Order: sequence, then structure tokens, then C-alpha cells
Amino acid sequence: MIPVCPTTALPPGEAIRVEADEPIAVFNVDGEFYAIDDTCTHQDASLADGWLDGCTVECPLHASCFDLRTGKVSGPPAKTPVRTHRVVVQDGMVHVQVEPAADGLA
Amino acid sequence: MSPTVAVVGASLAGLSAARALREQSYEGRIVVIGDEPHAPYDRPPLSKGFLAGTASLDDIALGAPDDEDLGLEWRLGTTAVGLDHVSRSVLLDDGTEIQADGVVLATGARARRLPGDQDLDGVHVLRSLDDAISLRADLVAAGRLVVIGAGFIGAEVASTARALGLEVTVVETQPVPLAGPLGTDMGAVCAELHGDHGTRLLTGTGVAGLVGTSRVEAVELTDGTRLPADVVVVGIGAIPNIDWLARSGVALGNGVLTDACGATNIPGVVAVGDCAAAWSAAAERHVRIEHWTSALEQPATAVATLLGTGGPAPTPVPYFWSDQYGARIQFAGSRRGGDVARVVEGSCADRSFLVVYERDGHPVAVLGMNQPRLFTRWRRQLRSAVPTPP
Repeated sequence: MIPVCPTTALPPGEAIRVEADEPIAVFNVDGEFYAIDDTCTHQDASLADGWLDGCTVECPLHASCFDLRTGKVSGPPAKTPVRTHRVVVQDGMVHVQVEPAADGLA
Repeated sequence: MSPTVAVVGASLAGLSAARALREQSYEGRIVVIGDEPHAPYDRPPLSKGFLAGTASLDDIALGAPDDEDLGLEWRLGTTAVGLDHVSRSVLLDDGTEIQADGVVLATGARARRLPGDQDLDGVHVLRSLDDAISLRADLVAAGRLVVIGAGFIGAEVASTARALGLEVTVVETQPVPLAGPLGTDMGAVCAELHGDHGTRLLTGTGVAGLVGTSRVEAVELTDGTRLPADVVVVGIGAIPNIDWLARSGVALGNGVLTDACGATNIPGVVAVGDCAAAWSAAAERHVRIEHWTSALEQPATAVATLLGTGGPAPTPVPYFWSDQYGARIQFAGSRRGGDVARVVEGSCADRSFLVVYERDGHPVAVLGMNQPRLFTRWRRQLRSAVPTPP
């Protein structure tokens, strides 16, 4: 598990990018934490820089939308889903359990 | 027979219209007509990753797996040559016609050319996939590139060519590049990226002509200077593809004239994307916007108009971006002369900043360089703001 930050450092509506083999974006949606691959599957842009609207993040560059719960594309131009990762909160710290690559999300 | 909608144009606006028809529960036949032989592809990478060789044809395909379910009837490699507004038939260059109950005009725009620029090898425009393939083939074998026009396409081609190792000169008629969209001050700041990366920028200089016999050898400027060139790219804007509608009865100006919801003067005919000049209440005139995001977003409204389920006119916040020399430039809103540009974050010298354009103290537009997160916040704020009176 990768330690991310204290829960207090990631208030609702905010996102943070975590450096990993593939960077990961962690979001706080009204107290629930979600983690997905940070790089938009359409073109190179950081989803942690995107706009959070409910459980949807909109890519800051071309407005592709992804569902944080499933990683699925909910708005074009992206065609490919992003991976989702498990978030664990322990002792006030947010951690991410990185999913292995190519986990068959489709 | 089930109803038919003909979508004329198979790029982003046309594909988005076809998707919007299904999303809005239209179950009839949809025929998508495209003059290029290719399935829909994304044009912005043509001057960036695709030209650089880092993005493949597969990467830039617009079609998604779910599009199979749309049940579209494709007529690719076929050019629409006329529209009969009485029978609402689209006439095609293969002699056939498609009789439709609704027509979406999404024929886009084509690159503006210089007189005689098609007579010489090595002179390119960049609009289509085939343009990009042919330009790339020429660039990788060349040493010197001259780009005519320092707009976004010209700047992006210059940037890509520099990265490919070419010696690049950009020639611009205006004293300051991009002054139209960004204003003089910020246009000048963005143009500094050229010099930062070893591209020569010549401004306030017209082109007198192209020199060469069968292949281009130089660009001659109005002051008599000759710029030697192995390859020339002409990036001087685009012209809407509306000639085919000349005798259709559809009202035309600088594009197909529509109301704010995409309706033309002919019932059952709507227009979207680069070929459409939509009425803007804020500007009090028809405005043709060539932005990618407009081609993505307009079709949902126009299709609702076509299906008779349209609501109030949207108040879109125009948005475009440009990637040059590794810098990401983003702009949203409607700027005009007299608006005051104020740096609210970062600095121009650092090539990382956010600039807000204000009119009577209200933000009307925002420009970011390498500030995507902050830019997104401002863009959303503009989108939710009460429209500023013109």
C-alpha cells in the first residue's frame, strides 16, 4: 500500500496526485475516497487537475468524464476506462492499494 | 419506412450529432456522409502527436466500442454536392441521393490556401489526416521549414518540426501573433515560446510568393527577403465548407447561419461545428467558432432542435487549447478589444501563469499557460456565471 496523505490534507471536493509506476489520482467525494489512474486515457492530462462533480471527474483538457467508482468513461472523447484502485484509511492516513496493470477493465 | 436523418460530415461534429440522436432516443435511420475515406478521427493531434509520430492512427480514431450499437449507416468517401430543401434530399457525388426527414449540416471547414501554392511540391496545408501523412513524410526528410502564419496551427507545426530537428522560421503578417484571440499583450507572450525554442519568428511581414520550379525552394517576403525552404506549411486559417449549399435555399454568411440552437432557416435542417455560424446574443451577430469543444457540444442542442424537444438556448463558454513546445495553453470565454488582462497566478516570464480578462470589473475570459488545475476552476466559474451584458 502506498501512503498518500493525512485525511485532513484532502478535504471534500479535492484531489491529489500520487506518484507511482503509473501516477494515481485520489479524490475526496463528500468524505468518501476514490482512486483512479491519474492520466486521462484520451491524451496526456492529469485527472487530479480535473473538475469533480459528484462521482465524476472531468478531464481538464478535453472534458472526457470518468466515473470514479468504476473507472468507466461517462463522457467522450475518451474511449478507454481508467483503472480504479482501492483506498484504505488507517489511523487518519489515506493509503492506496495499487491494482496490477491490465486487470481486464473494459 | 422509418424516418431518416442525414448527417452530412463525419468528423467530430457529425459523429457527436449521430451519438446525440441516439442519446435523445431517436430510433430511425441515421446516414452519416463523409467526403474523406477515413472513419472519424480526432484532428487536434494532426499538428502535434500524430505529426511527431508519437500518436498512431489508432490513437486518434474517434470511434468508441459502444458506437457499434448506434446502428449508423456510413457513406464515407462520398461528397455531398447539393441539398434539395423541398424534398429534403442530400445529393451525393456518386449520383445517388438520400431523402431525409432531418438533416444535420456538419461539413466543417477547409484550409485557406495561397494563390498558386498547389503548383509546387513541398508546400502543405494541414487540415486532414491525408494532409498530415504527406506533411510528416516531407518533414522527416527535410532540413528547413518555413511556416506561413503564426496562428495555432502554424505554431504547433513549428513546435513539432523543431522537436523533429528542423530549422524553422515562422512568418506572420500581423505585428503580433494571436492578437485576435488573445489580445496584443498575451499574444506577444505566447509568441515568445518560438524564440525560447530556437524557432525564428518574423512578424509584420507579408509573403510575396513561393519560389521554385517543380519543388519549393524558398519563400519570398514583401520586403524582398528570400527564406530558403525545403518544406512550406501554409497555416492562414480556414474557410467553411458551404459552397455545396449555394443553391439550396439555406441562408449562408460566413458559414451556415443558424439561431442559438442550431436551427437554419429551413425547417428540419440544422448546422453544427466549423461550418455553422450560430447567433450569439452576447455578440449580437452570427459567430462561427472553429473550436473542437464547440463541435463536441453543439450537436446535442441542434439535435434537440431537430427532434422538436429543444429547450432554452445554451450559453456556451468557448474553450480551446494549444500544445506548443511542451507548454499547454488553454483559453476560455469571450474576449474582445478593451478587456483588461490581469495575471492572477504565476508569471509570464516563467511560462506558467493564469490571466483573467475583465470587462467592467467582471471576468469574461481566462487564459492559462501550464496551469491546468487553476484554469479548470476559472473555466467552470465562467460557465456558471451570469452572462455579462455585452
